[in-house]
Amino acid sequence: MKRLTSLIRKEFYHIFRDKRTLLILFGMPVVQILLFGYAITNEIKDAHIAILDQSNDEVSRRLTDKLVASGYFLPDGQAESIGDVEQLFKEGRIKMAVVVEPDFADKLQHEGGASVQLLADATDPNMANTLVNYATAIIQNFQLELNQPGQPPILVGAEVRLQYNPSLKGVFLFVPGLITILLMLVSAMMTSISIAREKETGTMEVLLASPMNPGQVIIAKVVPYFSLAFLDAVVVLLLGRYVFGVPIMGSVPLLLAEIMLFIIMALSLGILISTVAQTQQTALLLSLMGLMLPTILLSGFIFPIENMPLPLQIISHIIPARWFIVIEKAIMLKGVGIAYFWKETLILIGFTVFFIGVSIKKFNVRLG
Amino acid sequence: MRIILYLIQKEFLQIFRNKTNLPILFVMPVLQLIVLSYAADFEIKNLKVYWMDNDQSSASRQLYRDLMASGYFTIAGTGFDHAEAAAALDKNEADLVVEIPAGMEKKLVRKEPQQLQVIVNAIDGTKAGLANYYFGRILGDYNQREVAALQMRVVAGGQPTARQVINVESSFWFNPELNYKTFMVPGILVLLVTMIGAFLSSMNIVREKEIGTIEQINVTPIQKYQFVIGKLLPFWLLGLMVLSIGLIVAKVVFNIPFVGSVGLIYAFSAVYLLLILGFGLLISTLTDTQQQAMFLAWFFLVVFILMGGLFTAIENMPGWAQTITLFNPIRYFIEFVRLVMLKGAGWQETRFFFAVIFAYALLLNGLAILNYKKTA
Repeated sequence: MKRLTSLIRKEFYHIFRDKRTLLILFGMPVVQILLFGYAITNEIKDAHIAILDQSNDEVSRRLTDKLVASGYFLPDGQAESIGDVEQLFKEGRIKMAVVVEPDFADKLQHEGGASVQLLADATDPNMANTLVNYATAIIQNFQLELNQPGQPPILVGAEVRLQYNPSLKGVFLFVPGLITILLMLVSAMMTSISIAREKETGTMEVLLASPMNPGQVIIAKVVPYFSLAFLDAVVVLLLGRYVFGVPIMGSVPLLLAEIMLFIIMALSLGILISTVAQTQQTALLLSLMGLMLPTILLSGFIFPIENMPLPLQIISHIIPARWFIVIEKAIMLKGVGIAYFWKETLILIGFTVFFIGVSIKKFNVRLG
Repeated sequence: MRIILYLIQKEFLQIFRNKTNLPILFVMPVLQLIVLSYAADFEIKNLKVYWMDNDQSSASRQLYRDLMASGYFTIAGTGFDHAEAAAALDKNEADLVVEIPAGMEKKLVRKEPQQLQVIVNAIDGTKAGLANYYFGRILGDYNQREVAALQMRVVAGGQPTARQVINVESSFWFNPELNYKTFMVPGILVLLVTMIGAFLSSMNIVREKEIGTIEQINVTPIQKYQFVIGKLLPFWLLGLMVLSIGLIVAKVVFNIPFVGSVGLIYAFSAVYLLLILGFGLLISTLTDTQQQAMFLAWFFLVVFILMGGLFTAIENMPGWAQTITLFNPIRYFIEFVRLVMLKGAGWQETRFFFAVIFAYALLLNGLAILNYKKTA
């Protein structure tokens, strides 16, 4: 035991004497949560559009004013013809163009119908779809107003309550997501690199030749990273809570316990990577190139998993982050107890056991 | 010149003798490109509704049919108990709960406005917004059609007034089928090429520092710029190779249209890679260990990736954040690739991008060369 503690102390020295890494380790989550919390949102606001009003009469102006007044759209760029619109699209200046046909008011009055064209830049299909949807809704409302001036247009209304996240804040999704990515990074990447580093510089041989058994060497390696990762998670939770108002509705001890479980899982993944990698570069490529994009994309952090095609939904099952995000959201935003996510918890435990098992099998006391 | 060639030869030997790195460098990006491009579908379908119909009338059943016929909603369950509905939301079994008030049909006939209760799971703001929007649209149609008809029947002889209809026609340019893969594949390819370039180059010089071999190079007559070029070129070629493989995959597997000129894309990528490698080299000269270098690179890349305009539109960000994205190289590459590949923009429209990237590349590489001192 005394040997183990002094070995752990050695690892802490390694980390603490490197002031820069320490600074990055704690500065990074703070900067990232502040940046993303404020900057990243999927709400449409001021989407640049071009308005090509070929009729320019009183009704068409009221319609286009209404579109602009909604706050979703911002007119940008002069378009006199469809050719101009195409040029604006090519320059990337606008996302959508609203084309009002000639003699708009006249046709509405005398023929009972006139048309508006919405041309959307569908190179970003999600954005195009949303913009067209929003604009259509505004135009439909305008039509109701035209037909029934003064009357309340809707007879069956809906009283909508936005459960769990009343102001539709993107940060509610980002805090759990960011914690997950950070823990994955600090734990998996740092352990794998620091073990690979001992191999690369040759000091691993010294450690293995010492009276310590390999298990103790590894435990001593991961304990400091465990505490650092845990601290990072707490920092992000506090920032989320006090800067952005992301609540923790459920039990805090339970949340912390689940965070610890996830860290242990990520640490054992890091150990597994380091049994394969001989150099820091390989460890880095495996843990960064292999984990970064899948963790961001397939965990449900940004893209909802239910929307993915079936094969991808199946693949997403092997992304540990996916399960952890479900747990975090359940505790933080829904405030429910372990009864709702015991399955996810068991899966994380399963991952941990699997990674440790494979690492032990692959571990070589003798080096190349 | 001969010195540079020898340095390049040395770098290539180091890259190729590591048998684990090579498959990672070439196979992983291709695999990820193929798999991850399917992930990013924001089109929300199959929203799960928990239906509480306290009216059980033909009017409420018609609304239910309209909802299901729209294709956006599926049924998660029906019932009358609020606790059960709340549990369905908690367990993620339902995305929204709709409750019809008792006596709705009768009261509508008497022209009393009715309120439905709708509870939406809003953790995912985008999804909740769309669910809300779709539901509102269906309800709007329902109002115009059914409710009007219902009241018309009662007020016998009620004269329908002449209606003015605005037809909204929408057309989606450059991607009429709204295929999100045309959007994602080039974007993810950009991310992968950037990651490979930045990570490899940022770990490179610092590795020589850490192992100590940099001292051996420092005592040779090799000039600073020769050393840096020798470091840059192999990764530059590697990056272009990965890009080429990615473009082939985009064409063959995903059938992404190449409206613009492939030559222009290569010309831009060549400059862009210089920028990314310069960025990596700068990190490499600023740090002492590979761990530090990797951390810094990771930090910047996560910011670049999440603020690059691929996952969330830059227009939606607040002004100061949009200003920050002006320093984000990924932003320029993603915009450029979309402009050229999908919209067929040419040199005329993209000059600005070339200018920015070129200036940026000069700046970063210049800083990296200045910063690399030949003293240990």
